Amino acid sequence: MYELLQNIIGNDIVAFFTAAAIPLFLFILPYVLIAVLTERKVSAHMQDRLGPMITGYHGIFQTVADILKLIQKENIRASITDKILFNIAPYLVFIGSFAAFAAIPFSSWFAGSSADIGLFYFLAISSLVVAGILMGGWSSNNKYSLIGAMRSVSQIISYEIPTAIVVLTMVMLSGSLNLDTITNQQTAFFWNWNIFGGAATGIAKFLLIPLMFGAFIIIYISTLAEVNRTPFDIPEAESELVSGFFTEYSGMKFAMFFLAEYANMLAVSFLITILFFGGYHSPIGYLGNSLGIEWMIPIEQFLWFTTKGITFVLVQMWLRWTLPRLRVDQLMTVCWKYLIPYSVAILLLVGLITLI
Amino acid sequence: MKQYFKNTFDALWTVAVGMKITFKHLFVPSVTIQYPSVKPVMPERARNRLFVNMDDCIGCDQCARACPVNCIKIETIKATPDDSPGQTSQGKKKALWVTKFDIDIAKCCFCSLCVYPCPTECIEMTKVYEFSEFERNDLIYNFATLNNADIQDKQQKYEQFMAQKEAKKLADAKAKAEKAKLEAAKKENDKPESKSE
Repeated sequence: MYELLQNIIGNDIVAFFTAAAIPLFLFILPYVLIAVLTERKVSAHMQDRLGPMITGYHGIFQTVADILKLIQKENIRASITDKILFNIAPYLVFIGSFAAFAAIPFSSWFAGSSADIGLFYFLAISSLVVAGILMGGWSSNNKYSLIGAMRSVSQIISYEIPTAIVVLTMVMLSGSLNLDTITNQQTAFFWNWNIFGGAATGIAKFLLIPLMFGAFIIIYISTLAEVNRTPFDIPEAESELVSGFFTEYSGMKFAMFFLAEYANMLAVSFLITILFFGGYHSPIGYLGNSLGIEWMIPIEQFLWFTTKGITFVLVQMWLRWTLPRLRVDQLMTVCWKYLIPYSVAILLLVGLITLI
Repeated sequence: MKQYFKNTFDALWTVAVGMKITFKHLFVPSVTIQYPSVKPVMPERARNRLFVNMDDCIGCDQCARACPVNCIKIETIKATPDDSPGQTSQGKKKALWVTKFDIDIAKCCFCSLCVYPCPTECIEMTKVYEFSEFERNDLIYNFATLNNADIQDKQQKYEQFMAQKEAKKLADAKAKAEKAKLEAAKKENDKPESKSE
């Protein structure tokens, strides 16, 4: 992709920025619009309602209208807020969640940055969100915002530990931090996916399967907590904290927090897809291979990847409208007393099994 | 230790049960009524906006007296014989011009007590429930059909009629007195019933 643009444009820097911006504008922003609508429709139907119905057929243009409205709105800033931090915070959150997509291989043709420390970069850059949230909550000079930000920070930092341990397990299993390499180790059919033991053979594979399922559940729960979604939405907690750390924001700055939340959901779903569900590889082989059409394979890979990612986003929505919010002490119990011991046990067992 | 694993299992199991329930509800037909375009069917005896059929109203003021919040204001003028307000649809003769029939629906408590005493069944509760207004004064409904000119006309006619009546009475009394004088002068004792009113 980058080489192609370099050949067309002839300038390294312009080509680089174009290559970086293309997935953002062609894929992630439209995805966010659709995801917000899907969330509203899914939640409505789960509660026997209809959701947005007026704008377009069954309300399909509702989020487009919402964004247009938010763009037009005035950016209100209370005079007592800390101006610089208040203005930086939404951009930091936005950048943190969207920059994570740089390392993600969408297909063999568009492999992202394919950096050798992609996984590490992913975890590090998505932690930038914490700084943005704390900035927003602190500078708002509002007690609810501050409580929300504090809760968010304590929650995200706690849940990064099980995430990191599970990621470490997967790194140990695959021997690479490069997301593209991890994906390519799970090629061919679905029994080569890491959730089914990866490329291991013999008895090791059967020993790995239950551990991988456990690891998958742990990372799913902990990433769900990291993106501040229900049942782990105590930082927002509409019923107690108005809307948490972004209570004081309006207009496009509010939309930035909102877009970042949905982009984050997709980013962690992609991470889970890459680590456990074979990344962009098809579970059943490619149509392009059997028909002998070479150029179709990257498109199929892209479709498989997004399908897998969006499935996990839908499950996140499903969980959101099923479970009530956890209390702060329950939240910490789940993380420190359950997820971390289990993930450490899995780490040790996987380490032993890989020795076989 | 046993409790620890039980807790883990319970957590996962109960989440699964909850997710099963919400998944089922995904396919349950929704109960939403698309309100502005689809209106809910009101119950048989729903009590909403008041309506007065002024063709049948005889201005008897019974509804205004029954109203617990005094939201009905009625003013009437007596009709003159040459300018009758006609009859109600049930054949009852109207004797009053209703010059003012105001219902302040903002005060109305929808008790329906004004409906029962009405002798001609002209005031009723309709099923219209959308009547919000921007101005509070717009919620005072004027049902009277007469305009100001008409009212003045009726008032004038009534006063004229009353004046005529008064004059006639006076004239009658005068005539009577004169007749009595005359008859007294004639010295006849029987008193004929001269003119009836």
